[in-house]
Amino acid sequence: MSSTMHMHGGIGESIKRKEDARFIHGKGNYLDDMVLPGMLHMAILRSPHAHARIKSIDTAAASAKPGVIAVVTGELMAQHKLAWMPTLSGDTQAVLATDKVRFQGQEVAAVIAETKYQAEDARDLIVVDYDVLPAIISPDQAKADGATVIRDDKEGQKDNHIYHWESGDQATTQAAFKKAAKVVRLHTFYPRCHPAPLETCGCVADVSSVTGKAVIYMTSQAPHAIRTVFALVTGLPEQNIRIVSPDIGGGFGNKVPVYPGYVVATAASLLIGRPVKWVEDRSENLISTGFARDFHMTGDLALDENGKMLALRVHLDSDNGAFFADAQPSKFKAGLFHIVTGSYDIPTAHVTADGYYTNKAPGGVAYRCSFRVTEASYLIERLVTNAALEIGMDQAEFRMKNFIQPEQFPYHSATGWVYDSGDYPKAMNVALEKLGYDDLKKDVEKRRKQGEVTGIGIASFTEVVGAGHGADFDILGLRMFDSAELRVHPTGKAMLRMGTKSQGQGHETTFAQIVAEELGIPAADVAVEEGDTDTAPYGLGTYASRSTPVAGAATAMVSRKLREKARKIAAHLLEAAEEDLEWERGKFTVKGSPNKSKTIQEIAFAAYTNIPEGMEAGLEGVHYYDPPNMTYPFGTYAVVVDVDKGTGQVKVRRVVAVDDCGVRINPMIVEGQIHGGLTEGFGIAFMELITFDADGNCIGSNFMDYLLPTAWESPVFELGETVTPSPHHPLGAKGVGESPTVGSPAAYVNAVIDALSPYGVTNIDMPLTADKVWAALRGAGITE
Amino acid sequence: MIVKVKVNGAERSADVEPRVLLVDFLRSNLRLTGTHVGCDTSSCGACTVLLDGEPVKSCTMLAVQAEGQSITTVEGLAAGGAMSPIQAGFHEEHGLQCGFCTPGMMLVGTALLDRNPNPSVDEIRWAISGNICRCTGYMNIVKAIQYAAETKRAAATAPTAQPVAAGGGQ
Repeated sequence: MSSTMHMHGGIGESIKRKEDARFIHGKGNYLDDMVLPGMLHMAILRSPHAHARIKSIDTAAASAKPGVIAVVTGELMAQHKLAWMPTLSGDTQAVLATDKVRFQGQEVAAVIAETKYQAEDARDLIVVDYDVLPAIISPDQAKADGATVIRDDKEGQKDNHIYHWESGDQATTQAAFKKAAKVVRLHTFYPRCHPAPLETCGCVADVSSVTGKAVIYMTSQAPHAIRTVFALVTGLPEQNIRIVSPDIGGGFGNKVPVYPGYVVATAASLLIGRPVKWVEDRSENLISTGFARDFHMTGDLALDENGKMLALRVHLDSDNGAFFADAQPSKFKAGLFHIVTGSYDIPTAHVTADGYYTNKAPGGVAYRCSFRVTEASYLIERLVTNAALEIGMDQAEFRMKNFIQPEQFPYHSATGWVYDSGDYPKAMNVALEKLGYDDLKKDVEKRRKQGEVTGIGIASFTEVVGAGHGADFDILGLRMFDSAELRVHPTGKAMLRMGTKSQGQGHETTFAQIVAEELGIPAADVAVEEGDTDTAPYGLGTYASRSTPVAGAATAMVSRKLREKARKIAAHLLEAAEEDLEWERGKFTVKGSPNKSKTIQEIAFAAYTNIPEGMEAGLEGVHYYDPPNMTYPFGTYAVVVDVDKGTGQVKVRRVVAVDDCGVRINPMIVEGQIHGGLTEGFGIAFMELITFDADGNCIGSNFMDYLLPTAWESPVFELGETVTPSPHHPLGAKGVGESPTVGSPAAYVNAVIDALSPYGVTNIDMPLTADKVWAALRGAGITE
Repeated sequence: MIVKVKVNGAERSADVEPRVLLVDFLRSNLRLTGTHVGCDTSSCGACTVLLDGEPVKSCTMLAVQAEGQSITTVEGLAAGGAMSPIQAGFHEEHGLQCGFCTPGMMLVGTALLDRNPNPSVDEIRWAISGNICRCTGYMNIVKAIQYAAETKRAAATAPTAQPVAAGGGQ
């Protein structure tokens, strides 16, 4: 059916995707498509208030409705010690509220009924009496004297402060600032936004009252980690828990955490003895599940008289919501934010961060981002453009002057990272050439003279992805390795299983291509399966662009293991010494005898039918890969904008994106990822916003208020690439899914700030909606 | 109450509550789960089906409103084992990633090409602007619809295939 079915599908080939067929026929297997015999439906009652004490809950009318099997409250959950659960950041989170509600949309009670309509009808009959408390909606309010303590459930918690965290060297940084000829400051707020995958979160919990086996179908990006968390939370033995992630309709970080709905549905299935389905609606998704960002950042960049960077100082206040539920490696309280020195050779830096509870939804997840790298990249790239504008140096030239140079790799950054490889000037040059930068700058000057408001924005990001190494990166103690299990069948076809979970990234194709390259079995003959914890080897899941860097490496390594066994079998079949065999993709040949060879398919058959004496039968293996370091994808993005002086509307005229993600396995899929990420970055820069009124009501609770880019607004992208392989990854690959969302918001905003710079405007916080840009123009005296 | 509709060419009927949404009728009563729910507010288009050839959002329409009309869902796009040009276009041009928006996108694309066999890029972008995709950034969806348009145009101008006897010829 596919025009590329005949291709071998090795590394670098843009073969069409193996997973497409079921989706284009409407035969995908998403969570909500699942129906089990006897299945019940659950609806959750959520708090209308941001902060309130619960005085009473009356469930009588709801319980009496036809079709209702049970109404679950926090009190019932508490009887089973399940009213609270641990978060991925070592805090606690209410499953169903018992004492107070702490954000609008918090889970208060649940109805389990025969049909979805009955469950929702009955939910509306539950009566909760609230004593409303003042809402705290920002870190500034949270730290104010006399602020109400949100987490009065926690012993010893006397204020709303969660953590203080530092990185870098304060003393050397202070000293460097004293010597600086120029200090440029940027205070900016990266607002709260939401990954908003098109499919919301949900589960079907099926707990057998006879065997105790709990099968939970779940929209999870990390099924194995969830299984272990469930074992710890519920006390169920881990071998009796099976998490199955079916096809996932987009994740972008939203489907990493454990949500209360999963826990309640599982408890309900256990107590009732029937399967229970819970699928949230869009508003529930936007108001209660893992948000992203919400960082208030101040950066100071110290420069010498020639525009050379001397030091970077950053402080941020993090708004973590009502429970500290960020999904991130446990060592790092503000994620990997300390990558904030970015692509620049900055001798010293000091970063401080403070986290605060507020009456907002919990769960700072990495929205298409490697744990707060997006916020870091945004701050440094905005700061760099502002510094260039302030000292009157060209943005590109200022970056070139301060880039880490290719010969400095592996580069030890001021905050402790060891960058694996990079060639930042090269990526910049490719971008400038694609852009026609010199002519474009002249064109901008010309247009400005004619009264137009137009500008160019550049961002040269460096990402840090592919967690672990396991000694430094863990989630709840689980080391961030990943795994691949490869079984070659007697007929030479193969089954590959991994601990990751695709949500649209095309794993069934990309990972088959790694086997095709390393073991020579055509990609079409390699079935890839993920997401079922009963069958897949243990892994930490798919997020933070870690699948190719970690599970992709595991796939290469297990393929190589099998290739070594295949060599032994080939030697036996060809009656030759192992060292006399030459491998070319798909077969072993006796050196000097091109007619004497065995294909991998012949060898696979022999593995089950004709093996050397003493060898174990079969051609199967598993590899657990713990990366020696993170990978550091990078690139330069450039954006050209035109601003309408009358309305403040920004038109993105051009977007040039040059990515270096190391070796590309399937270039078509890589480019698709980049298109998608650049569009999400566009949405974040110009449209997407979760905000709150003074009472803590969430504004942005549906797709009419939380605006996502459609085909009409979305720009056209001009892509370019450079290839700097990762020296420590077996394939030289680095991971790419998140680079465009990490790098692009600053490029979009820098373009608008560059356009407004002749009028003295130095910052507008995202999203750059027309009204904000209009106000900035009016503030600068533009009245036309 | 009884609702009778034609779905993908077949007469279907069911006894449903008057308040049942068309999308729930399709997904739950008829088990046609290719039509998805993404937002409940007509914003995302994941639930798009064709009603007498016109795209509608089945999450904000009652099943009973479709009485007597003809519905096409994603399951009705392929003719036997053969993909429709729009399905082939989405596969060939990498017009899908997670696949959740894909049925709605393909149906809107189908309706567009029925009306306008040679749409411009702007016409395609406008036609699909009621459907949100979070993965692709739309560029390849535009290409997929262009691919389908080209395939359909080529088919329209190709010479009619001559019947051959069973077992005969290439």
